[in-house]
Order: sequence, then structure tokens, then C-alpha cells
Amino acid sequence: MSEEVKLMKGNEAIAHAAIRYGCDGYFGYPITPQSEVLETLELLMPWETTGMVVLQAESEVAAINMVYGGAAAGKAVMTSSSSPGISLKQEGISYIAAAELPALILNCMRGGPGLGTIQPSQADYFQATKGGGHGDYHLIVLAPSTVQEMADFVGLGFDLAFKYRTPAMILADGIVGQMMEKVVLPPARPRRTEEEVRRQCPWATTGKHGRKERNVVTSLEMDPVLMEKNNERFQQTYRTIEENEVRFEEIGTEDADYLIIAFGTVARIALKAIEDAREQGIKVGLLRPITLWPFPTKEIERLSHKVKGILVVELNAGQMIQDVRLANEGRVPVAHFGRMGGIVPSPTEILDALNRELIENA
Amino acid sequence: MKEEIIIAGFGGQGVLSMGKILAYAALMNDMETTWMPAYGPEQRGGTANVTVIVSDDKISSPVLDRYDTAVVLNQQSLDKFESKVKPGGTLIYDPYGIHRPPQRTDINVHKINAMDAVLEMGNSKTYNMVLLGALLKIRPVVPLDALVKGLKKTLPERHHHLIPLNQQAIEKGMALAD
Repeated sequence: MSEEVKLMKGNEAIAHAAIRYGCDGYFGYPITPQSEVLETLELLMPWETTGMVVLQAESEVAAINMVYGGAAAGKAVMTSSSSPGISLKQEGISYIAAAELPALILNCMRGGPGLGTIQPSQADYFQATKGGGHGDYHLIVLAPSTVQEMADFVGLGFDLAFKYRTPAMILADGIVGQMMEKVVLPPARPRRTEEEVRRQCPWATTGKHGRKERNVVTSLEMDPVLMEKNNERFQQTYRTIEENEVRFEEIGTEDADYLIIAFGTVARIALKAIEDAREQGIKVGLLRPITLWPFPTKEIERLSHKVKGILVVELNAGQMIQDVRLANEGRVPVAHFGRMGGIVPSPTEILDALNRELIENA
Repeated sequence: MKEEIIIAGFGGQGVLSMGKILAYAALMNDMETTWMPAYGPEQRGGTANVTVIVSDDKISSPVLDRYDTAVVLNQQSLDKFESKVKPGGTLIYDPYGIHRPPQRTDINVHKINAMDAVLEMGNSKTYNMVLLGALLKIRPVVPLDALVKGLKKTLPERHHHLIPLNQQAIEKGMALAD
């Protein structure tokens, strides 16, 4: 399959991109608003072409543990769910992080807490960026704002997960999962051969192949001295990721008096508000974190010296704003505007919030 | 060129697929497009709406609160979206099922008797195509040939024999809008 231009939903793009990346296995369980990932994979039947396994597990817990097993064997494996389902997967995700395994997880967020609604949300920011399960660990967290990024972040997520041997998460909101846009699908590449998997993943449980020692994959270490050493190694990896993998997009920040920080689809709604603000003569810029972990702390710190105030817009009660405040270190006012429970703000609401919180109150 | 469109009515009226064909047509015409449904537990009889943006340039927000053009097919949608059409914008409605017609005088209001037309033609399933034809006559945001290509992309191949029927409905809508 060569490069192709299509019109599709973000969730469908995830499925197409996974097959084209050479993904070895998908294990999932249906939940709105991300069920199209599994549906599209079942429709495309990649097991008949690339040999990719697609399996609807009996539960989210089963699905993440199938990912754990596949990842231990050096396979490029993934799962997807939405907020309540991602909560169920947290134990498995912690084990995968502790076992230093690559894996890709999509969370297409819906309004919570609890079973909540099926409408868009970004209320799982804390869960995704601060670990989520137990123990000191991080996921690499990518926040797509377009259907194109949904497709692109499958490849990027797997590449980063394998590079650092740590799970990566695509943290999408229900909007980018459900909306249709133009997407350029990458050319397909074949799945890795067993030989290639052994070469790329010398730690994987692929058989001894002449070696004396077998590989063991586990998150269990009964000796606290050794477990601390493991933790130090994890932390070293996280510092390297923080150094190398921060990604963000900036629009109109050069001359901006005010800064809006937003991720995912909300950043696009904010951009429309910024266009309207500029028509009224208010100079506003946008910073859109693409990696939510590692967070663009240094860039926000730099911009906080230049602007009069920062508005953080999120589909939650105020989560990313905590990381923005840490980067801002009290230099300029930082205000929050959020809608919850599945409500998506309009561009007008965001512009009103900017006027109310930062300009009139200044 | 950029056109921000809301299509709203009852679930089952073909609101989402009408938007989808329009979005495909924009894609076929090498334009940027977004198709954003108000997704949820929609079902036949419930309300459904979709925001479609077609543009020559990159599109920022797929979520809007003001529209260049609204196509409304029931009273609830008219009540909700009449005030959200930009001054000078376009409102297209089918009087079938609407008992309080639009009141605004600062927008271009077009009454399209699409339900009457499909009942006369004997194929109520092409209802949304009549409205799409009317929309494109009034707001020619994509050429007709791109629309037919969009139709081919949207319909599964087993339904391709229905394309001429749909084309007739589009032409009927265009004539109604004249």
C-alpha cells in the first residue's frame, strides 16, 4: 500500500496507521467514543494481509495484559479504550512500564468521572501525565489535534516506545476521534521478521538462539536495593526523554501580549478565538503542547517573560494549568477556562474568558 | 473561500450522510474539510446535527457557534440555529414539520419543499440529496462533478446502481432552489 489521501474519522485513521506501521497486534474492548478503532481493524482484516493479530478481548484488563505479553516478546502491540476503560488498564500499564517494555495505548477521552458521558473530555490529563497506575513512572503522552496527527502519532508513539523501552499513550479527546478530516496515510511497511525482532529487541523473550541465559521479563523485584537501582534506571530514562522529546506548536507568539495554552482539539477552537481576538486588535498567541509528558516547561518559561497573562483552556476543571503554573513561577497571571462532563466550549466562550480573566481583571 | 455549514434535523433524515457527501466532495475538489457530528446516543427520531467546513486553507476550529449557512429540517433545529447564522448568511429550511417559520430579515432565507418533492418523485430516501442539491445551487461551494465523485466514495459499491437516482434528486433540489 502506497501513500493515500482519505477522508476519515480519527479513530479510523488510528486503525489504518497501525496496519501500515507494521503493528503486530491490537487487543481491545469496545467503548464509545473509540469503538471505531476495533471496528475498522475487524473490517480491514489485516490478519489476512500483514498477519497482524486483531483480538476483541473479554475485558479491558485482559486486553492490556495481552499487550504486556506481546510486548515482552518484542512485538509492536497496542490497545485502545476510553476513560473508564483506561482506568481498568492502569495496573497493566504500570507493569509494562516497570518491565521496560514498548507499547502503544490510545485513550480517546470522554466525560467523567465514573462512567460519565460519551462526549469529549480532557479530564484524564493527570492520569496520563503523572503515571496513572501505582509507582514512579511516566508514559510518553502525545496529544493529537487533527485526524492527520491521529495517524502520524501511531508511528511516532511506537518509535518512541521502542527507542526508550517505555509505553507511549495517544491522549485524544472524543472530538478528534469522531470527526472526519483529510488524512494522508503513510506508505505501508512490512511487519518485522522474527530475526529483525531479535536484533532490535535483544531483551525480548524470543528464545535463547544459542545464548546461555534466557531473557526474563518481570516487574517483580523482591530485593529493595535492586528495586531502587531499577527505579534509578527508569528515572534516568525519563530525564533523557525530557531532554530530547519535548514537542509543541506555536502560532502567533512572536508579538503576543497574551498567551493561550491548550492541547488537542481545544487548541484549534482556541485558535479560532485567537483569530477573532486579533480582528479586534488583541494580540494573542497559542502554545499547543504536542507532548503532554514530557511537558514544554522551558518554552512556557521563556514565553512567560514576554506576555502579560496566560489563559489555559481545557475540557476539565484545571489539570494542565498546574504544569503551566510551575513553568510560569508566578511571573504573570495564569487563568483557567474549562468546560466539564462532555461540554465543548465555543470560540466565543474562550474569547470571553480571555477578556474576563486577563484583560478586564488586570 | 471558506464556508462554515451546520446541517440539523431528526436522526434518520440523512443529516450526517448529507454532510459526509459534501465533505467528500470538498476532498475530491482538493479542498480542506472537517466533518464534526454532534455524536451521542442518536437514533431515529432524536435530533442530529453535523458541522461541515469546506475551505481553501487550513481549518482551525471544527467546533463553531456561528455559521455562514444553516440547513434546518425540524422546528427544534430552527429554534436552535436561526440565531447562529452570521448576518448576511444563508438559512435553508424545509417547511415540512416547521410551524414557526424563520423571522430574521438580515439573512438570506430559502424555503425548499424537499419533502413534497421526494413524495412526488416516489423516493423519500433521496430526501437529503434534494436538500444537498438546493444547498449547492444557493451556495456553490463545490462543483457538481465533485459532488458526484463524493457520492461514489460514500456509497458502498453494492449501492452504486442508485447513483443516477441520487443525481436526479440533486438536480431536483437545484431546480427547487432556482
